[in-house]
Amino acid sequence: MAISTAAANLPGDAHYLTELEQDARREKRQLFALCTPGLLLTMLLLFLPIGWLFWFSFIDADGNPTFEHYSRIWTEGAYVQIFVITFQISILVTVICVLLGYPVAYCLSQLPAKWSGLLLIGILLPFWTSLLVRTYAWLVLLQRRGIVNDTLIDLGIVQQPLPLMHNMTGTIIGMVHIMIPFLVLPLYASMKSIDGSYLRAAANLGASPTRAFWEIYLPLSLPGLLAGLVLTFILCLGFYITPAVLGGGRVQMIAQRIEASVHLYPTWGPASALGAVLLLLTTLILLASHLLLGRWRRRLG
Amino acid sequence: MESHVTHQQRLWLYLLTVLVICFLVLPSLIVIPMSFSGANSLMFPPKTWSLRWYDNFIHSPQWLEATWVSVRVAFFTTLLATPIGTAAAYGLHVGRFVFAPVIYGMLIAALMVPVILIAVGAFFLFAQLDMINTIPALVLCDTLLAVPFVLVTVAAGFKGYDMNQEQVARSLGAHRFKAFMTVTLPQIRASVMAGGFFAFIIAFDEVVIAIFMSGGEGATLTNLMFSSLRDQVDPTIAAISTLMIVLTTIPPLAVHILSLKRQRR
Repeated sequence: MAISTAAANLPGDAHYLTELEQDARREKRQLFALCTPGLLLTMLLLFLPIGWLFWFSFIDADGNPTFEHYSRIWTEGAYVQIFVITFQISILVTVICVLLGYPVAYCLSQLPAKWSGLLLIGILLPFWTSLLVRTYAWLVLLQRRGIVNDTLIDLGIVQQPLPLMHNMTGTIIGMVHIMIPFLVLPLYASMKSIDGSYLRAAANLGASPTRAFWEIYLPLSLPGLLAGLVLTFILCLGFYITPAVLGGGRVQMIAQRIEASVHLYPTWGPASALGAVLLLLTTLILLASHLLLGRWRRRLG
Repeated sequence: MESHVTHQQRLWLYLLTVLVICFLVLPSLIVIPMSFSGANSLMFPPKTWSLRWYDNFIHSPQWLEATWVSVRVAFFTTLLATPIGTAAAYGLHVGRFVFAPVIYGMLIAALMVPVILIAVGAFFLFAQLDMINTIPALVLCDTLLAVPFVLVTVAAGFKGYDMNQEQVARSLGAHRFKAFMTVTLPQIRASVMAGGFFAFIIAFDEVVIAIFMSGGEGATLTNLMFSSLRDQVDPTIAAISTLMIVLTTIPPLAVHILSLKRQRR
């Protein structure tokens, strides 16, 4: 076994170690070995293929090094458009999720456990429901003669059915529906850990509830909000299924373009370059939020 | 805090919360009555009722074949991801390595990479190995996605468990593996089972990788659903969706309600 061969390869100064230290080392190695299947899987199926794709993004059809796949992203209008739309949708969906999700998380964190537990089911239920099922449901609801349009016409709000799907509107509604739990759950968890005595202190010192909320509660909830917001935003950036179905091919985001490039081009270059840019954006956003969170934590103690 | 704000003043907050939760829950539930519709259209509420879409599903070789592919993929993924994730959680919990954050970060890296990239990368890799559209390839990819969930769930289980119990078993002469299986595992059983359930659902629900890596007779249920959603909307999907809602939400719902009841006691 791997463990025994590793033990046999100990450096020459091994005999200086007491037997106890050797035991401790062997134990560490055994415990590390338990992590290796998972690490191996990640190496082979994640790091290796993605490294490969990065390599391909710099190679042209004849196998020569090139930047053409990247320069095309900046120069060709169609590509620029895809990035603009992806960011527009992602920002809009994230903003809507924050506007709807923050009050919900706040409400849940204030309610007695009996009620919040019940309402939490409402947040978790869509989480457990298949993405396709939910997208299908929106397809039914938002169609030309669907419930939403019928209700709007019956109420006399509109005369003609609104075009709610196969466009931006449908994509955004469907994505908000899927993303809200990703924002609410981390935010709720962090709100639960906010110490209520800060707010009572503020009230004792004469702050109105509104002022205590804006000056004490909101700043304390920002780390949780940032965590949920970043998660939502990066999930939006790489989202594929809902825009593909509810956008009806008319809303092209980065992920759809990558999928199309794989089938469209004989080489891997164009898809790889897009993928590399997407990964870079995701990593940068994660890194920035990580640094920001670290700074906040240090300041808040 | 509540003493300064009355429930009445907060009415808008409660109202908004209820509305958002309705927005989250109701759309998926609408699929259930749709699936019992007697008509070919997507009218809601349906004018006539029938079981024809369930009948359609049961008698369609294409849908059944796809379901069978998905079940096998999900089953083998659970079988693979649960021990891999549990072993890693154990190693990290007991080992307290200096590099533990790095190892942990690598093990959950798949969560942070957009799935579309994992799918393209895996497509490329398995194309070289001539393994596209095979169950082992799908199982390996889904295991990559499922291990982080098992790891996080089981790691949470270890937090509430006193490791000294295993030490006692070992000092009495039990081999580490035996001590784990007979002393530790029974006590963290709930979190391991939850992790395994996650793995099953993740593999069963996975769409993006399935679109790239499966097709034709080897297409997964989700792949078939996706292409029929994109091309023409067949009410059979409502029947399948209802079955999927039942399969994926009843077990966690039951667990959640049980834990709520226990809290109250």
